[in-house]
Amino acid sequence: MWYHRPVINKELLQSLPNLKIVASSGVGIDHLDLNLLSSYGVKVSNTPFIVSTDTADLGMALMLASSRRLVEGYKMAVSPDTEYFPADWLGTEVSGATLGIVGMGTIGYKVAERAKSFEMKILYHNRNQRKKEEESAVGAVYCKKIDDLLQQSDFVLLTVNLTPQTHKLIGKRELELMKPTATLINISRGLVVDQDALVEALQNKIIKAAALDVTYPEPLPRDHPLLKMKNIIITPHIGSATKKTRCSMMEEMSESIQAGLAGLPIPHEVL
Amino acid sequence: LSKKIQAIYLWWHKPVIDQELLQSLPNLKVIANSGVGMDHLDLKLVAGFGVKMANAPRAVSSSTADTGMALLLASARRLVEVYHIAHSSSMNYCEADILGVEVAGATLGIIGMGSIGYKIALRAKAFEMNILYHNRTQRKAQEEQAVGAIYCEKIDSLLQQADFVMVVVSLTPQTHNLIGKRELELMKSTATLINISRGAVVDQEALVRALQTGVIRAAALDVTYPEPLPRDHPLLKLKNVIITPHLGIKTDKAMYMVTEEAVENILAALNGLSIPNEVLPS
Repeated sequence: MWYHRPVINKELLQSLPNLKIVASSGVGIDHLDLNLLSSYGVKVSNTPFIVSTDTADLGMALMLASSRRLVEGYKMAVSPDTEYFPADWLGTEVSGATLGIVGMGTIGYKVAERAKSFEMKILYHNRNQRKKEEESAVGAVYCKKIDDLLQQSDFVLLTVNLTPQTHKLIGKRELELMKPTATLINISRGLVVDQDALVEALQNKIIKAAALDVTYPEPLPRDHPLLKMKNIIITPHIGSATKKTRCSMMEEMSESIQAGLAGLPIPHEVL
Repeated sequence: LSKKIQAIYLWWHKPVIDQELLQSLPNLKVIANSGVGMDHLDLKLVAGFGVKMANAPRAVSSSTADTGMALLLASARRLVEVYHIAHSSSMNYCEADILGVEVAGATLGIIGMGSIGYKIALRAKAFEMNILYHNRTQRKAQEEQAVGAIYCEKIDSLLQQADFVMVVVSLTPQTHNLIGKRELELMKSTATLINISRGAVVDQEALVRALQTGVIRAAALDVTYPEPLPRDHPLLKLKNVIITPHLGIKTDKAMYMVTEEAVENILAALNGLSIPNEVLPS
């Protein structure tokens, strides 16, 4: 299963009596009804850890591109109308700024490791606090209340998985808690953010900018307000999109499928 | 007015410091630069008028290193291309056509391991990259170990092994056209060239040909010669090139710090004290 297709519903499952396994690409399984699949005796697998590094890299790429106005700068550099580069055109510094990581799983932790090398101050919010050694290794400070993280961060990066609890985790209230100079970066799932609230927040300068690898839906309708805003970068869900990782994902999926068909224990089974 | 001027703070290489200007400012004591590069100044000419010069090396290193990493990541993950796909009016694209190249586990070759180059190495290490470097002199063992960097005395060795080549040297007669046809051909055909130093360090015509014929995979340039490029320049049309408008230190924080450094230098010069970042003609 690639890019959440085909859609797995009752109709499909009924029409495939011998279906044994659904191997899903990537780590997210929010698009699958696990109870439904289980009731048909179909096993499920994903590719959890292989995507972590590329996704963390993309989170950093988006943070840097947004703060340094890379896309705007590129447009200026190549535009036929450009005669000179204005001296007062500035971006925001990443080094030494405060990064708030919402969701400190494997991907969130890899982002923290990278951000530390930029001398960033790292705050994180997670269901559970990480071990002391893990925190010290990246200099991350736990924020039990998400509000504390939102109020202090220059960059808020979302790396949670999508569950009923994280649905619209970032809404009007959370955006208003953020600094007006802050940037929201989403590499998790579009539905973790209340998109309408985000549009309003960006329009009313409640926050400064956003960079989104994920939206709801994907892709957005072409007339969506997010596509018209200057202070936003959207990328087409490329978190794991490198040749090497996609090959590895395919290998893992094949392994899971083969195991599933042979009745053997399935690597990366989702229960 | 011209008799009153004792100090010049150079902002983006303006004003142009030539014989005419120097002759018209008899009481000029110091020229302080808003950045680290001094290639736009005729050091001997200025010194000949008894005017001291200073740059601002400390303030620039983090911002410029950040720019280098931003370009490396943007190029590897094809950020500008995919931005256009996500924002375009058409929804037709094939996911498999927009794959980038991995950064983790790749080899970064840093040409010029000064303060900026070293900060890049610190960042690249966190991205799990293998680091090679070429420099006029080898760094101390502890400095190398801290970032896991391996010295390449010959630039050729670095060029042949690197997946990403990052150019971070200052522009001098020795580094002019440092990266030319020969060097580009030594690079892997899958490699990316990133230039955050000065446009003239790279032979631009050779670069265009190399990019057009697949000698290297891509380039990301924060600096060109001239800036901006003429609007019909081939580099502007190539799909595998990202050009940015000399963003290097263009952040509020860096510009503030650069100005602070320049003011320190100016005050020291006017008070006859030793200048913190004096630059002498070599």
